[in-house]
Amino acid sequence: MNEIEPVDKTRMNESYTLGPLQAGPPCCDPEPLIRVDNLTLHYRKKPALENVSLDIYKGCITALIGPSGCGKTSFLSVLNRMTDMIPDCRVSGKVHFNGKDLRDPALNVQGLRRDIGMIFQKPVPFPLSIRRNIELPLREHGISKQAELNDITQLVLQDVGLWDEVKGRLESSALALSGGQQQRLCIARALALKPKVLLMDEPCSALDPISSGVVEDLIQRLRGKYTVVIVTHNLAQARRIANYAGFFWIKDQRAGCLIEFGQCKQIFEAPVHELTAAYVSGSRG
Amino acid sequence: MTKNVLATGLIWLMAALVSGVFVWLLSDILIHGLPQLSWAFLAEAPENSGRSGGIGPIIVSTLLILLVAMVTAAPLGLATAVLLSEFTRYDSIFGRLVRRSLDVLAGVPSIVFGLFGNAFFCIYLGLGFSILSGGLTLACMVLPILIRTAEEGLQAAPNDYRLAAAALGMPRSAALVHLLLPSAAPALLAGLMLGVGRAMAETAALIFTSGYVDRLPNSLLDSGRALSVHIYDLSMNVAGGDANAYSSALVLILLLFIINTIAMSLAKQWLYRRVVSI
Ligand SMILES: Nc1ncnc2c1ncn2[C@@H]1O[C@H](COP(=O)(O)OP(=O)(O)OP(=O)(O)O)[C@@H](O)[C@H]1O
Ligand SMILES: [Mg+2]
Repeated sequence: MNEIEPVDKTRMNESYTLGPLQAGPPCCDPEPLIRVDNLTLHYRKKPALENVSLDIYKGCITALIGPSGCGKTSFLSVLNRMTDMIPDCRVSGKVHFNGKDLRDPALNVQGLRRDIGMIFQKPVPFPLSIRRNIELPLREHGISKQAELNDITQLVLQDVGLWDEVKGRLESSALALSGGQQQRLCIARALALKPKVLLMDEPCSALDPISSGVVEDLIQRLRGKYTVVIVTHNLAQARRIANYAGFFWIKDQRAGCLIEFGQCKQIFEAPVHELTAAYVSGSRG
Repeated sequence: MTKNVLATGLIWLMAALVSGVFVWLLSDILIHGLPQLSWAFLAEAPENSGRSGGIGPIIVSTLLILLVAMVTAAPLGLATAVLLSEFTRYDSIFGRLVRRSLDVLAGVPSIVFGLFGNAFFCIYLGLGFSILSGGLTLACMVLPILIRTAEEGLQAAPNDYRLAAAALGMPRSAALVHLLLPSAAPALLAGLMLGVGRAMAETAALIFTSGYVDRLPNSLLDSGRALSVHIYDLSMNVAGGDANAYSSALVLILLLFIINTIAMSLAKQWLYRRVVSI
């Protein structure tokens, strides 16, 4: 599965259209896009993550697995500074994105979140029309020409495979879509901002198996063009789509920590740590 | 089994009692008030202390007082609610203090607001007995209701919208304007209508602030008699004024009904347009 080939740099500048579904990871020579070094996170006085260090590689899909409450969501929210919105949440350690300090208080957080998008477990379509769902964030980021907005809307909806399903009813409410369609709309909405990274927090777990499969294929097609970090409880899914995998565990009933990180194939087939081995074989967690 | 029947019967009895009181009240007003009601009654000025003539100037004064009250209270109330719910932490000292004060204020008898309005607006600010004084006093009175209902509406808006909007790099103000306020709109409207109802029904606070004069006001600085004050005056101070008091009460209820209906239909249209259009 892990046939390795270099990231196609030319495709990174292309506009919105995704390529065809690619099997296997396209990245060798891994180029870290996000570097996390000794990250520790506290809610009030209680630690939720301790000493997490890992690199997120450009153009790859990184899966984070681990039992409930081990801090996967917390880890993701550090990467797009959603932790700013939680009172009493304290983060320490180094996090660099594209060589820049991501925890810099002077950083333009709105710009950062444009570069690093996030998809939630439960799809959150806004109670607006399908078109407005995609246009609203774009307008907030200063894109206001209607022709441009229309083009982007069509492209991203095509990218997530929703265009043919909704092109006749762009003006109707997004809340009327099915769960899977809503999740794809949310992905389209995030893609419209041309992010470099997409953080996905269990994007399929609220969906039925068919919609889940559709979204999974979509995530596969993001590979290469986008850097994806996905949290999933579905080990088979992680195994199918990820290039890299990180295994989190709650140490001593206290705080989450990263037990093992490496190529997906290695984590699943030749785990170094015995906890990892037990977890991926299903005998623990 | 018998317990169930008993309980059901009791519930029905209660429902019947409550609706019965309402129907009785309404029919009483209708029976006594309808005969005098006419376009002339709505348009003409009161004569002979209100025993005859109409209530034209009084309707105008009432609406002006209401307008002053709502135009001041609504934006102020909304701004405070937004500050409380979106920009302060729920458990902060500031938030707790403001909330507690509002709850106390909401329970203060209106006559106290009247005395305060008289002392502050009429005398201290020199506005005298005027529509402006009355309206501003009412604004103070309905402000706590407006703020609390609006704040609760905003709190009830799904937090997912705040998170999703933030994750898309949208500023908080955009989330507020495009997502949170619209989803709180029904609560905002309900609060507004509650405020309008309270303001329209107010008598005690207005006697001390907007006064008794039943002429058509020339400006907001003129004194003007509100409908509720007129009803009070006719039924308590004017012998033979009962018939017109009933008609005025009927007009008051109709006014409330009309304002409610218009507000509801406007809100519905607006919510519909929001989803459908660009
Ligand atoms: N806003 C918060 N305030 C306080 N504690 C929190 C908050 N969010 C999460 N926690 C705690 O931090 C720990 C890690 O939570 P987190 O949501 O990151 O876990 P997770 O790995 O995403 O779990 P799951 O797989 O169930 O989503 C948990 O013990 C949780 O109770
Ligand atoms: Mg989680």
